[in-house]
Amino acid sequence: MKNILKPILLLAIFTTISFSSNASEQSKKLLNLEWSFKGFFGKFDRASLQRGYQVYAEVCSACHSMKYLSYRNLAEAGGPEFSEEQAKVIASQYEVTDGPNNDGEMFTRPARLSDNFVGSFANEEEAKAANGGSYPPDMSVLVKARKGDANYIYSLLLGYDDPPSDFTLDEGVYYNTFMSGNKIKMAKPLSESLVQYSDGTPATEEQMAKDVTTFLAWAAEPHLEARHKLGFRTVTYLIIITILVYFSMKKVWSRIETEV
Amino acid sequence: MSDQNYTPKSKLGKWFNDRLPLLTLRAHLTDYPTPKNLNYWWTFGAILTFFLIAQIITGIILAMHYIAHADLAFESVEHIMRNVNYGWLIRYFHANGSSMFFLAVYIHIFRSLYYGSHKSPREVIWVIGMIIYFLMMCTAFMGYVLPWGQMSFWAATVITNLFSAVPLVGESITNWLWGGFAVGSPTLTRFYSLHYLFPFLIFGLVILHIWALHIPGNNNPIGIDVKQPSKDTVPFHPYIVLKDLFALLVFLLLFAFFVFYSPNLLGHPDNYIEANPLVTPNHIVPEWYLLPFYAILRSIPNKLLGVIAMFASIFVLVILPWLDTSKVRSAIFRPLYKQFFWFLVADVIILGYMGAMPAEGIYLLVARVATGYYFVHFLIILPILGYKEKTLDIPLSITDPILENSTNQSLAKEQINKK
Repeated sequence: MKNILKPILLLAIFTTISFSSNASEQSKKLLNLEWSFKGFFGKFDRASLQRGYQVYAEVCSACHSMKYLSYRNLAEAGGPEFSEEQAKVIASQYEVTDGPNNDGEMFTRPARLSDNFVGSFANEEEAKAANGGSYPPDMSVLVKARKGDANYIYSLLLGYDDPPSDFTLDEGVYYNTFMSGNKIKMAKPLSESLVQYSDGTPATEEQMAKDVTTFLAWAAEPHLEARHKLGFRTVTYLIIITILVYFSMKKVWSRIETEV
Repeated sequence: MSDQNYTPKSKLGKWFNDRLPLLTLRAHLTDYPTPKNLNYWWTFGAILTFFLIAQIITGIILAMHYIAHADLAFESVEHIMRNVNYGWLIRYFHANGSSMFFLAVYIHIFRSLYYGSHKSPREVIWVIGMIIYFLMMCTAFMGYVLPWGQMSFWAATVITNLFSAVPLVGESITNWLWGGFAVGSPTLTRFYSLHYLFPFLIFGLVILHIWALHIPGNNNPIGIDVKQPSKDTVPFHPYIVLKDLFALLVFLLLFAFFVFYSPNLLGHPDNYIEANPLVTPNHIVPEWYLLPFYAILRSIPNKLLGVIAMFASIFVLVILPWLDTSKVRSAIFRPLYKQFFWFLVADVIILGYMGAMPAEGIYLLVARVATGYYFVHFLIILPILGYKEKTLDIPLSITDPILENSTNQSLAKEQINKK
């Protein structure tokens, strides 16, 4: 009887695998980095997060909003961990509309830690109008919203290339190896020494792509470090109690002759 | 069992118990005689109970922070993930908990199929179980809509659109379901309301499911009735309680891996993009646990027939106790059924895979064959098998085969003599 089961299951597994390899052949393999935040004990590289914020603030934020983050997040544990003073200074560089005041009028004031990140455009329509009709997606959860997460963002940033000779591109459309259909409306965002890192790290394209991707990964999952930490404790606890319960069970069942 | 004949000692206890025998109900549950040869496939009932309660608790907490409104739902989920204390833990628990719930329920159902737990005298347990399963699918589907991501929105659109296939009144039904002329805020609020209600219906049905189980008692791997309760069964507590607890803990380790280390593995990246009625995702796919039914739905070229086939695929499960004509319960003694059982498992896995693929070319062809086989299994193979199959000899009692297999036969007998 057992002999017939194996072929069936093997057949099912084989069909599944052969189909899935078919499906993955269509897209080009993403660049694969050893991210510090992957794995069971993964943590963000603090310096990389701070540099990544700099790249975001000086480059990406010209078009991309990040509306679910607040300035206080920049000073919170598990993030870039700027000091509270630094975060306050960062916030104060942006202006938000507040009000109405006692006269019933809206006014602008410098942003505080409790304010959400201020975007460059008032609304989606304005963003579209300024970007050739396509909306630069909000970056708050972008890493989680793309297949391949951090590797995809990193690959896309470095995937700009000259199109093959038989490939025609419209005005304002660029060639990217990793974009689906290879057409992207975002111009190549990074170039050598585009930002001046305050910690003296050479701002190569790869370095900037890595830093900003790390920053975006944190932005999408700000409690990742807390999650990994709690996960380790939970799993340790579960393993210990599982062993204890296992031996209790064995002991109790030894009163009768059945094997558990 | 020292407290086997527990009766309340206090005056108040006696007074209360005479009016509502709640205090002696506990004794009924702990002493419940359970076949001693149950294997680990029988622990999934307890695992499911745990997950139902866990889902209800985490769900109630999420509901305190969630806002059911088309413009605010996505944002409120991000608020839970970022600003609510341990909100990320509760949401990931709830989202992955549903996957674990379905994984456990599929094992539970296939265990029933393998060991014939759906057969006489347990048909009512099975039918209640199938109603629970159907409500679970509805609940999970509506829960998937609540984060209001792209997949939420488009899954809601695809599934509610199915009802437009109903002749004459189809369009009226879909408009009624939507509360408008497209999926929008009214749809979201009613899904939210029902998503909160259904788990309590499920909870009530689970009580009936267990009540109905306690009438004939558990089936067991050999599939024969308990002959001598003193020899064949053990009291539920502590034997089964400990075994269920151990299995639950092992299952929780798997669950912890998902919650803490791959919380988004079972979800779709597109659901982190806020719902946009103007942009259709390339492939609209439901959660993994609904994929086999989605494959059946899409494999029929006609919309109405596809919907009928999908509901029929669940309905054949409901009437299974009357389709499976074999008097022998356990597949251990049914050599042919055992093979067909594994064919069915493979068939459902293939259907699930095809449900995740675009409905075209070879995928569609395979999905059609698998859909056909699914119905052939239940409607043709099972009824015929009951008459044609030559079953193996069945042991006389649960205790017999265990003693034969035991390496410490003499020791075991000694123990019995001592008792």
